[in-house]
This record gives sequence, structure tokens and C-alpha cells, in this order.
Amino acid sequence: MTMLAQTERGARSIRRLPDLTTLGILGLLLLAVNALLAVFGSAIAPHSAAELIGGGAFGPPSDAAPWGTDYLGRDLLSRVLHGAKYSIGIAAAATLLGFLAGISIGFAAAEIRGRFDVVMIWICDIFLSFPSILLALLVIAGFGTSLPVLILTIAFIQLPRVIRLSRAVAMGISTLEFVEVARARGESLPSILGREILPNSLRPLAVEFGLRMSFAVLFISSLSFLGLGIQPPEADWGGMVRENLSGIYYGALAAIIPALLIGLLVLGINLTVDWLSGEVPKAESQDLR
Amino acid sequence: MLKLILLRAVLGIASIWVISLLVFAITDILPGDTATAILGQEATEESRAALRDRLGLDRPAYIRYADWLANMVQGDFGVSFATDTPVAQTVSLRVANSLRLAIVAAILAVPISLALGLLSAAFPGSPFDKALTVGSLLVVSMPEFVVGLLLVLLLAVSFKLLPAVTTSLDTSSLAGTLRGLALPALTLLAAVQAHMIRMTRAAVLDVMRKPFIEMAQLKGASRGRIVLRHALPNAVGPIVNVVALNLGYLVSGVVVVEVVFSYPGLGLLMVQSVATRDMPVIQITAMIFCTTYVLLTLLADTLALLSNPRLRDAA
Repeated sequence: MTMLAQTERGARSIRRLPDLTTLGILGLLLLAVNALLAVFGSAIAPHSAAELIGGGAFGPPSDAAPWGTDYLGRDLLSRVLHGAKYSIGIAAAATLLGFLAGISIGFAAAEIRGRFDVVMIWICDIFLSFPSILLALLVIAGFGTSLPVLILTIAFIQLPRVIRLSRAVAMGISTLEFVEVARARGESLPSILGREILPNSLRPLAVEFGLRMSFAVLFISSLSFLGLGIQPPEADWGGMVRENLSGIYYGALAAIIPALLIGLLVLGINLTVDWLSGEVPKAESQDLR
Repeated sequence: MLKLILLRAVLGIASIWVISLLVFAITDILPGDTATAILGQEATEESRAALRDRLGLDRPAYIRYADWLANMVQGDFGVSFATDTPVAQTVSLRVANSLRLAIVAAILAVPISLALGLLSAAFPGSPFDKALTVGSLLVVSMPEFVVGLLLVLLLAVSFKLLPAVTTSLDTSSLAGTLRGLALPALTLLAAVQAHMIRMTRAAVLDVMRKPFIEMAQLKGASRGRIVLRHALPNAVGPIVNVVALNLGYLVSGVVVVEVVFSYPGLGLLMVQSVATRDMPVIQITAMIFCTTYVLLTLLADTLALLSNPRLRDAA
């Protein structure tokens, strides 16, 4: 009886969120601002992404271009606002996709076990022995670069890690009493996975989602910086760093601003992850012992 | 023990083989007609047929794969679509340049990261420890190209100490070589330091909780002696493992860093070939990168096995 009570309380503390910390609030704020930029950035941008507004290349800040102009004389602020949807949107879409597929496969592998599990882990290990950036370069060499190719490639790169983690999490939970009970009741596999295991693994999965998301942001930025991501005249923040690189030698900020925005986005994600993976409130964790 | 290492080696060779299948499938079968890729859309059907015949493109894919693999093993990497020169020539120069960069980066990164990790493990919770944790995490929150950019801004544009780009490496003098390598190597250092520092700190602190450390403290051994003589030797296993893994990371790190500094290495070559879809160059650069990466991971696994007897039973 005490065993059962303990595991139930343990399960509840997994579901509970840790108390908010200063850094956690900062991270959530940064995330919220970035999400707003991704959704409304294009709508509030004063100019279109390709519009030449005059004033020459790497122009200083003016009324028409509050953050100055880029290497072709376009409004930097507008391009940053237009680029937000790519930098954030691609990373979010790819991570979501990788998680939906990865959790389904990982959970199923943990519950079914046997040969399915062995083969899945084997395939994952092979792809994990392949440096991600090289896999992406190969895929782009074969298919060319486009929005669907970029999203699917990054989702695919996330997949083996998500499978391994969700499998490990599910294996821990699938031996707990309430899952045994569900199994004894004769619940179906989707029902066990979705109603027993998923709700109790949300926090570790959310932490991993954050880590994977920050990887995806860095990754799409790097691909665009290499010239293999979003193609001109559109640009995400990584692409903007690439096109404005020469401005650095004249002291122009056109490459620095998008670079810092990428850094702030990743910082926001990482701070939120740190908060999420932090300790649950003290009283409860002591209770557990 | 030996059996386990051999098993890892076989798995490593198997993954290199799978990688070669993947590379061939993506670069040779998938893009469609190679003759069109070389000659362009405007070429006549006759000239395309002639080229297909000359390159043996009408043979079945598995025979071309076997041929490709056999040629590659013998050092014949084919002819570049873009420059019409043998790939082997270009690649060998680029490999040498990338190796120089990776070695200098490793020589900088490993001792610096280990020293910083040990220092913060010796004074856990101190302001130095906290500042190091926050600082190294801030640096890895940024993509490599942003770190490179900030270093250029600081050391090349503001202080004019180092060249901002290294389009050709001057290998005639050691000073010239090092000047050209400094900024790319520092950027790579920034990319790999955090993981090594944190793992070193964690591994040493883990040992520091053991009873024999308390014993040493009670005997009155100095903090430096405890960390270096008692804790470090017992934490060598995980540290060596993480070092080898991060050397593997240098392999993919050079791709981005070489583009930042226009450094004439294998990574820049690969990125340029992907942009122009120069398949023979992509094939061999991808194979070199992946093989190196797999070998370094294998090395990391082997070292972990050698240093931690408990892993031997688990596997």
C-alpha cells in the first residue's frame, strides 16, 4: 500500500511544474516575444523583404530604415521581421514533426519490445553515427533545397534521438503499477501509450523538446548561413548573417543584429528548458524519500 | 574485452558501409541523369548518349556502386563535374588544410578545457565556477558562425590583430600558418569547450564525493593535491571519452567554420560542391568526413571500455 501511494505521488510530481525562477521568467518572455515575431513579423514589417528603399548599401539608421539598410540597400528591420517566420517556424515545425513520429515509435518500441524494439534501436544507432550536418548536406545535394526538404530533413535528423529518449522514458513508466493495471484491464496498445504513459512523461519530453528545438534553430541558421537553406530574396536570420557578412569590415551592424537575435532565441529556449528540468518544490521532493 | 572492442570495430565498419550506400544512393541514383547534369539541359541526345557510354552510366546501379567503391578504395575519386580535374588532387590539398586546422584546434581546446574543468571542480560553487558555467553556456547558445563573427569583429576589425579571412594558408613559415589558423581554431575551441569543461567538472566532482577523498582531506592533503593526485586519476575514463567525442565533433564543426573564414579546407569544398551539385566531390568529401567521425567515435567507445571495467559486463 505504501509502495502504491509513493509511486502515485511520484507520478504527480513528474506532472507538476517547478516554481518559476527569475531566469525561467526571462526565458519564457524571450520565447513569447519570438513566437509573436514569427506569427506577426511579416504583417507588421514596414517594407516587403525585397524592397529597395534607397540610401545605398549598409546605410545608417534613418526614418525609413530604423536599423539601417543591408548589403543591397533594403530595410534591415523589415527583413528581420520577415525572416522570423523562417528561423522560428522551420525549427518549430521540424521539431514537432520529429517528436510526433519519434514519440509514437519510441513508445511503441518500449511497450512492444522484442524484435521491433531491437531493429528500431539498431537503425537509430546507425543514423546517430552520421554527423547531422553531413546528412543534411547530402540530402540537399540530392533533392535541392526547399522549405519542405529543409523541414523534413531536420525532422528526420531529430528522429533517432527522440525515439531513444521517449523509449527510455516509457520503459521507466511502463513497469509502474498503474500501467500494469491498465494492461490487466485489457486496454489496447494506443490507449496504454496515449492515456497512461504519455501524460506521465510530458515533463521529460518537454525538456527534450526544448533541447531539440534549440538544436533545430542553430541547425537551420547554420544551413542558411552556408547558403543551402532559405534562398534569396527571402532570408531567415542565418541567411541574413551570410549576405551581410562583408559589412562587418565597414563596421555595419547588418550581420550582427540577426546573429544576436539567433543567440537570444536559443538563450530563451535554453533558459526555459533549465527551468523545466529544475527541481520540483522542495517540500514535495523530500516527501518522496 | 578484446571481443567487445572487435564487435565495436565491426559495427563501425558496418556503419561506414551503410553510409557509403546512402552516399551513393543520394548522389548517384536520386538526382536522375548524370549526363544531363554534366553537359547541361542544352546538350543533344547523341552527346549525352556518348557520355553515358563513356562513363558506363547505362550499367545497372549495383554494378556502378561496386565499381565506385572499388575505385574509391584505390584512391580514384573520379573527375569533378565543375572543374573537370581529378578530384583526388583537390581533395588531398584540402584534407591537409582541414587536418592542420583540426589539430591546432584540438591542441588548444583539450588542455584549456581540462584545466578550466579541473579548476571549477576544485572550487565548486565559487564565483569562478559560476562565471565559467554561465560563460561557456552562453557561448554554445550561439551557432559557430556567430561566435566566429564576434571573434572577427573583436580581433580582426576592432584590434586588427589577426586576418579576418584565410583564403589561402601561408605554410612557408610557422608564424604565417599560425596567424592564418588562429581565428578559425579559436572558433572551434568555443564550439567544443563547454561540453568538455562540464564533463570534466562533473566527473571529478563525482569522484570527490567518494570516501577516500574525505580520507585524504582528513590527512591534511592540499586541495590541489587532492584534485590532481586523488580525484583526477579516477575520473580519467569519462574525461577521455568526452574528449574523443568532441574531436569527432570538430569534424562537423570545421564545415561551418571553414565557410566563415573562407578557409580552403574540405568543409568549404563540400559546401561549394553541394551548391553546384558536383557529385563526385560530394561523394568523396562525405565519405572522408563520415569515416573520420565513425573512427573517432569508435576510439571514444574503446577508451571508455578500457577505462571502466563495469561497462564490459553491461555490453
